[in-house]
Amino acid sequence: MKFSLEWLKYFLETDASAAEIAAALNRIGHEVEGIEDPANKLAGFRVAHVLTAAPHPDADKLQVLTVDTGPEINGGDPLQVVCGAPNARAGMKGVLGLPGAVVPANGMELRKSAIRGVESNGMMCSVRELELGDEHDGIIELPEDAPVGTSFADYSDASPVFDVAITPNRPDCMGVYGIARDLAAAGLGTFKPIDIPAIETKGACPVEIRTDDPEGCPAFFGRVIKGVVNGASPDWMQRRLKAAGQRPISAVVDITNYLMLAFGRPAHAYDLAKLSGAVVARRAQNGEQVLALNEKTYTLDETMTVIADDNGVHDVAGIMGGEHSGVTEGTTDVLLEIAYFDPERIGVTGRKLGLASDARTRFERGVDPAFLNDGLALLTSLIQRICGGEASEVVRAGQPPVEPKVIAFDPGLTARLGGIDVGEAEQRRILTALDFTVGSDWQVTCPPRRHDIEGAADLVEEIVRIHGLDNVASVALPRADGVARPTATSLQQMERKLRRAAAGRGLNEAVTWSFLPTAHAEHFADGAQLWVLENPISEDMKAMRPSLIPGLLAAAKRNADRGAPGTRLFEIGRRYFRGKGGASDEKPTLCVVLAGEKTPRGWSQGKATRFDPFDAKAEALALLEAAGAPVDNLMVMGEAGDQFHPGQSATLRLGPKNVLARFGALHPRTLKVFDVDGPVVAVEIFLDAIPARKGGGSFARPTYTPPALQAITRDFAFLVPADLAAADLVRAVKGADKQAIVSARVFDVFAGQGVPEGKKSVAVEIVLQPGEKSFTDAEIKAISDSIVAAATRQGAELRG
Amino acid sequence: MTDLDTLKSGALAQIDAAQDAAALETLRVEFLGKQGSISGLMKTLGKMPPEERQTEAPKIQGLRGDVADALEAKKAQLEEAELEARLAREVVDLTLPAPQAPKGSVHPVSQVMDELAEIFADLGFSVATGPEIEDDWHNFTALNMAETHPARAMHDTFYFPDVDAEGHRMLLRTHTSPVQIRSMVEQGAPIRIIAPGRVYRSDSDATHTPMFHQVEGLVIDKGIHLGHLKWTLETFLKAFFEREDIVLRLRPSYFPFTEPSVEVDVGWQDVDGRRVLGGDGDAPGHGWMELLGSGMVNRRVLEFAGVDPDVYSGFAWGLGVDRLAMLKYGMDDLRAFFDGDNRWLSHYGFSPFDQPTLSAGVGAKA
Repeated sequence: MKFSLEWLKYFLETDASAAEIAAALNRIGHEVEGIEDPANKLAGFRVAHVLTAAPHPDADKLQVLTVDTGPEINGGDPLQVVCGAPNARAGMKGVLGLPGAVVPANGMELRKSAIRGVESNGMMCSVRELELGDEHDGIIELPEDAPVGTSFADYSDASPVFDVAITPNRPDCMGVYGIARDLAAAGLGTFKPIDIPAIETKGACPVEIRTDDPEGCPAFFGRVIKGVVNGASPDWMQRRLKAAGQRPISAVVDITNYLMLAFGRPAHAYDLAKLSGAVVARRAQNGEQVLALNEKTYTLDETMTVIADDNGVHDVAGIMGGEHSGVTEGTTDVLLEIAYFDPERIGVTGRKLGLASDARTRFERGVDPAFLNDGLALLTSLIQRICGGEASEVVRAGQPPVEPKVIAFDPGLTARLGGIDVGEAEQRRILTALDFTVGSDWQVTCPPRRHDIEGAADLVEEIVRIHGLDNVASVALPRADGVARPTATSLQQMERKLRRAAAGRGLNEAVTWSFLPTAHAEHFADGAQLWVLENPISEDMKAMRPSLIPGLLAAAKRNADRGAPGTRLFEIGRRYFRGKGGASDEKPTLCVVLAGEKTPRGWSQGKATRFDPFDAKAEALALLEAAGAPVDNLMVMGEAGDQFHPGQSATLRLGPKNVLARFGALHPRTLKVFDVDGPVVAVEIFLDAIPARKGGGSFARPTYTPPALQAITRDFAFLVPADLAAADLVRAVKGADKQAIVSARVFDVFAGQGVPEGKKSVAVEIVLQPGEKSFTDAEIKAISDSIVAAATRQGAELRG
Repeated sequence: MTDLDTLKSGALAQIDAAQDAAALETLRVEFLGKQGSISGLMKTLGKMPPEERQTEAPKIQGLRGDVADALEAKKAQLEEAELEARLAREVVDLTLPAPQAPKGSVHPVSQVMDELAEIFADLGFSVATGPEIEDDWHNFTALNMAETHPARAMHDTFYFPDVDAEGHRMLLRTHTSPVQIRSMVEQGAPIRIIAPGRVYRSDSDATHTPMFHQVEGLVIDKGIHLGHLKWTLETFLKAFFEREDIVLRLRPSYFPFTEPSVEVDVGWQDVDGRRVLGGDGDAPGHGWMELLGSGMVNRRVLEFAGVDPDVYSGFAWGLGVDRLAMLKYGMDDLRAFFDGDNRWLSHYGFSPFDQPTLSAGVGAKA
């Protein structure tokens, strides 16, 4: 909220500068987002007297003025100024911007110049150019007694304007009066309590006022003032309103706005002539409509409180008045409404209607329930002073909830919770300055306007913030003896290890959005019901990802579009699925996407190479090993998913059901959806599927027992059916003698010339490890025979 | 000149003239082989009378030794020449590029989260996590933001059309604070945790992205007060930025889940046009920047989480991880964090070997 220093000083006796006040506001919890000093904006603008005005020799619409700007400027001699304003004339007083001054409205720096060949030493300004209002029909006309040569900032009483963020718990500070009270408590001056004027009344209120919705509107007070003249509000009020960012409208409207901005108290004035019958606070009927002051029509429902008369709804209670019954310049009789609305209901209604207003902001946070009579008196008095008129007696329907809250406070809590010693006398002073009543037994009675005070902790906050949070001294947290204990969970340890292992393998870690375009998410959903946002920020960020591949694939595409020859990305993050009881099931996942060139063309190896599915397999296995998965026991199986190339992808499983990872080349259709050039290979590792180490593992490794005798190597070449998986042959061969055979590795695969159609040649290197004694020739022969026999059972035959 | 002298000079000349190892071997056989001329002379010694042998033996043996030495020397010389020739053939241009292994990197957000974990582990904090798709009870209600609370509207929440089994509205968590609730419900008090993770707000401009990272901190114990909060944040920031001149300014603020609530500013100074944290923000050329929100946990929140507020008190804070990374490592565009641009990742990412440790300093120098 914005307010001028001049306005603040109306409620606060202080010599503090704007900077000191701003610092204090920050200190006590009212964050100053800006201070605007109009005097800075108005530097170089002075009250000027137009001495002569003559037509410009070369332009019809321009005049050449001589202007007196007082003794300080130009040695007291008049300046020549070219001016295009129709109202510029000899004898008038206005505002001259001198060379060097910056026009507030457009940031233009004025210069001495020649306009159509005539020298001009500045500019006579309009209201709009100085950002004082919207008028731009001519230049500002000042009264005859305006002192020539005075800086316009001084003349116009320009006062610094504070822009303060009021936290939602402090509606009592959504008025200058409340801020003044807080500042006074913090030692910035003396609070000047307002005198509540006695109103001379004539007769009963001629309008019946009722609340038929005591829940939504517990109190509705009103009175009529007859015979008002609703002209413009006085300058002093307009100045304050404009400083607060409020456009002056008419005296009565301005006065209600003034009450709101000064005291945080919204009120409403109806044109009595436009009302008929009783004015009632009631629930709206479903479908009932109202044309609000913002010229929009709102359709209401039965949960909303409205103010209505016999003709219908005139006001969305506490949020916005109606267009039909608002006061105009022709209004002579007004009905004033000052009510108390239930804060929660105001919030619900406002959200439902999508209607924001200054009144709603205050009502939904809670206005002072004890300020209805005083507020109405202030409002009446201001209207009578400015607009005249006769006031009726007040009608009061219902009562606001003013039952004061009493808190049993222990002043020792300030040190226990706030960590700061504040003397009991000072604690008492602070609370009293904030309008709390503190009993000798520390029973603290809260002012009803302080809806935010719920318990003792809130009182500690009041004391600490006014005393000064900066006075809180640091106190070390007690720490456990010895060296800090490890705290990471096993998943956290795994993720940390994997992250650095992946980066160590040359992959760049990316962080991509958790939400995807729905089409991308659908492509990877595999039948899962996606989480789709109701209010996405854009269609590209709508569905929660069921896979990390889309995000990295899109990043790979962006990199390719930027001309990157190759991309190696990984990400560790969550995939989002449906869990039990409507909760989410978020699965920790590592994804790798390799796209474009694997190696660039080079002088030694020739052409660039591209990634192939075995690059994906290598990453999958290396990272699974880093994650502590038993990689030797993994089976390579199918069903990587429709997003993958059916012939170039696989899953890695521990047992037939537990899929730890999928990898391979992406399906050309997937690449088409993402508009990426292939081949692109990817890996997805499902971290939650990796079994924990049995017994948590121990530090000691198994005993080191290197074999005494050297291993021997034998090669076997088999002709096998072309569709036989190499792993099946290797597994069979390896199983031929579990004792002697320590490894079996395919080192050559060949099909084509010399190999029959439908077959391929697979060469396997077998390592045999003797135990206590070296193998005899007969033993080696026996092992070889069993190897060949095992292979034969897989449909293989030994190549001659 | 004797015959022996003639033989010797002839042999040495031939050896010297040998062009390669094969020619030299032929000469060796010719002179010193079983049928060789010098071997033949040696055999004559046995048939000589002793006196003659006395005088002839040294001469013949001397001849044999000289020839053998010459053969050996020539052999070495030839081998040397051959090696030289081979080396000359084997010259490669080492200004040509070597095969390049790709360099990987760790994302700054991960690096900073590891740094946080390391620092807070030393202070006895463990790392807690919670779901990102939350229900509105954990995200709002249990944090003292009832359905009608105006602060809810200020959260720019992403909602799902779904409700959970208890009828709670599902949403994307707007802060890491629901992890406070979950951790307290699961572990009770006392507790010390940090909870880093993704959070979401429907907000997007130059300095806001709809997804970003926060780290929540929570301490609940007996006798905890604002002084502990201040110390913890000071201690953390000093360790994180590795400078002792970090100055905090505490300002009263409002969060529904803390009471009192404290906004924490940190002093910065202008170093070559960059804001560098450190120093008193009120000093000339310095300033304050809003860094985080915090406060003493509201007793209602403790009650919601099943912790007795008459026995325990504590504090909590929430802080932007991306923001911390930017302040420490100098990135200026938050959106680039989530773009996956190879160039940005290589530039701002970290070596896998920059694992934060207390002994080496948790930060990784440029």
